[in-house]
Amino acid sequence: MDKFIKMTAIVAPMDRANVDTDAIIPKQFLKSIKRSGFGPNLFDEWRYEDVGEPGQDCSNRPLRKDFVLNQPRYQGAKILLARENFGCGSSREHAPWALKDYGFDVVIAPSFADIFFNNSFKNGILPIVLDDKTVDDLFKEVFAEEGYQLTVDLEAQKLVKPNGDSIDFEVDSFRRHCLLNGLDDIGLTLQHEDEIKAYEANRKKNAPWLFGA
Amino acid sequence: MSGKTLYDKLWDAHVVRQEEDGTALIYIDRQLLHEVTSPQAFEGLRLAHRKPWRVDANLATPDHNVPTTDLSGGVDSIVDPISRIQVQTLGMNTKEFGITEFGMGDPRQGIVHVVGPEEGATLPGMTVVCGDSHTATHGALGALAHGIGTSEVEHVMATQCLIQKKMKNMLIKVDGELQPGVGPKDVVLAVIGVIGTAGGNGCAIEFGGQVFRDMSIEGRMTVCNMAIEAGARVGLVAVDEKTIDYVKGRPFAPKEDQWEAAVAAWQDLKSDDDAVFDKVIEIDGSKIEPQVSWGTSPEMVLDVNGKVPNPANESDPVKAGGIERALKYMGLEADMPVSEIPVDYVFIGSCTNSRIEDLRAAAEVLKGKKVASTVEQALAVPGSGLVKMQAEKEGLDKIFIEAGFEWRNPGCSMCLAMNADKLPSGKHCASTSNRNFEGRQGAGGRTHLVSPQMAAAAAVAGHFVDVRDYL
Repeated sequence: MDKFIKMTAIVAPMDRANVDTDAIIPKQFLKSIKRSGFGPNLFDEWRYEDVGEPGQDCSNRPLRKDFVLNQPRYQGAKILLARENFGCGSSREHAPWALKDYGFDVVIAPSFADIFFNNSFKNGILPIVLDDKTVDDLFKEVFAEEGYQLTVDLEAQKLVKPNGDSIDFEVDSFRRHCLLNGLDDIGLTLQHEDEIKAYEANRKKNAPWLFGA
Repeated sequence: MSGKTLYDKLWDAHVVRQEEDGTALIYIDRQLLHEVTSPQAFEGLRLAHRKPWRVDANLATPDHNVPTTDLSGGVDSIVDPISRIQVQTLGMNTKEFGITEFGMGDPRQGIVHVVGPEEGATLPGMTVVCGDSHTATHGALGALAHGIGTSEVEHVMATQCLIQKKMKNMLIKVDGELQPGVGPKDVVLAVIGVIGTAGGNGCAIEFGGQVFRDMSIEGRMTVCNMAIEAGARVGLVAVDEKTIDYVKGRPFAPKEDQWEAAVAAWQDLKSDDDAVFDKVIEIDGSKIEPQVSWGTSPEMVLDVNGKVPNPANESDPVKAGGIERALKYMGLEADMPVSEIPVDYVFIGSCTNSRIEDLRAAAEVLKGKKVASTVEQALAVPGSGLVKMQAEKEGLDKIFIEAGFEWRNPGCSMCLAMNADKLPSGKHCASTSNRNFEGRQGAGGRTHLVSPQMAAAAAVAGHFVDVRDYL
């Protein structure tokens, strides 16, 4: 996984609550057995006029002009600003894969669904939780100013606005460490192999019916 | 010191190590696999030259992509080449790594959350994971069951552990007695209506109170299944005699020589009387009415005798906007009675409501009746091959067929339409599934979540009706 330290980018506003993973990446695209290539189908039903199919060339499909990511001012956005309970619904990791493949590295919202939140970190996306008022203010600023950019500094745990004002954010220290260093969870866990084996031996003794068969 | 909740006990029993910030490695006793969220995990193992930590902890079955029509050709009967490759890939991966798979054509194949409990592969006191958010279903047996992403599927295969922080404890207590015609699905939809789709975020929900004690194990599965629709990754019900009776004799359940020890270990799988919950919600079960969802989020749910909301009555602009968007998508008018919503399609199935008791409940309503002529298609899709066989033994298939339903083979089917069973754009579907998101059952499709009995009654009437008038 690539390291995530600091970045500056255009912010795209997704101004609706409870954006679900079926909307982020519709079911027909889950048939892929790969992790990549989901970007063109991110928000497929909201983004295109027609119904998308897997494996299709999306470059000539008719776009819904009013959809936020189709507006010229948000091209190149790497930060998605969202409302409460972003990423609710299914556990499909295809949702963060699609966001990442499209180019998003950060999602800011007042709250996230638990599984999506977890899945994001594992794919180098930083989900940032800010209070309702701060998110609301950011929406107003993004709408008001074309080309609005934020700097996300994970090391300092700060967002910096175009006018220089900054907003502190919280992030789990373990997740922060993994993102800053681009660490792979499995490698980290296997450093504790002996402890897992010891736990397992004990469990086998106390609950032998859970083993074998 | 106060006592422990059921979640506390399950958590404590599975912690392998815990960091100072609370991040823990918890040991996983069972991983269930299906074709959609596992291929990239197997590929990851292969690329890193890793092997599964414990092959026998895994069990696989294809469900999302399998056709529900003729299966006699096995995997080759899947017409869509991309779906076929995904199902074939699960077969090849499980074979390569030595994992047991109930493949297409095996009578034990079915929806992973129906198969696990049916086989005794998910047991009280276990930690269970699956790359599917409806894994909370298995909490009905007093197991700690998490829906996880694909990276976590790979992590559990490689290490037998999940990296997790402890969640908060939430108790949803529903006391009283349910009215006749009101079932587990109505209870959980009513709960989501009260707490909202984010109400359980960050929590493990325990369902307690008389209503859940009185409920069958399959009913508890319906309730725990939809914990995720209330935002919670985990739903739980305490173990009681019903749980133990349910598990006894199932193929993967403890055998004679270990049975007594297992039952003794399961006795403590309930919250202590003095356990403290971070959040408690109390609901009077006797007041719950049959439920119908009207909008595009499971929290947009109404009593069957209610009226569709009006955005003009909502002061929060984000919520009012949500109602307006949902009305438009669903093709409904503000303030219209639920009973005036037409039903074009009916789907009885999914990991929420495809077990034998669900099919019996629907058949009871359908017996001797016909699906309304305005209903374009009515599907009954059993949750597994074994559920299907049992239903046929009881003659339920004949009741469905005589009423005008199509009697299908097991799979996820029109719950999420990854196979050929799709809801056409603009059509209203009375569905026993779990999600009414935009496009969930097919692009442009309009889903209304209901219980199996309510779906059956709607099929007969051609619009939503109070099932209590049909019993």
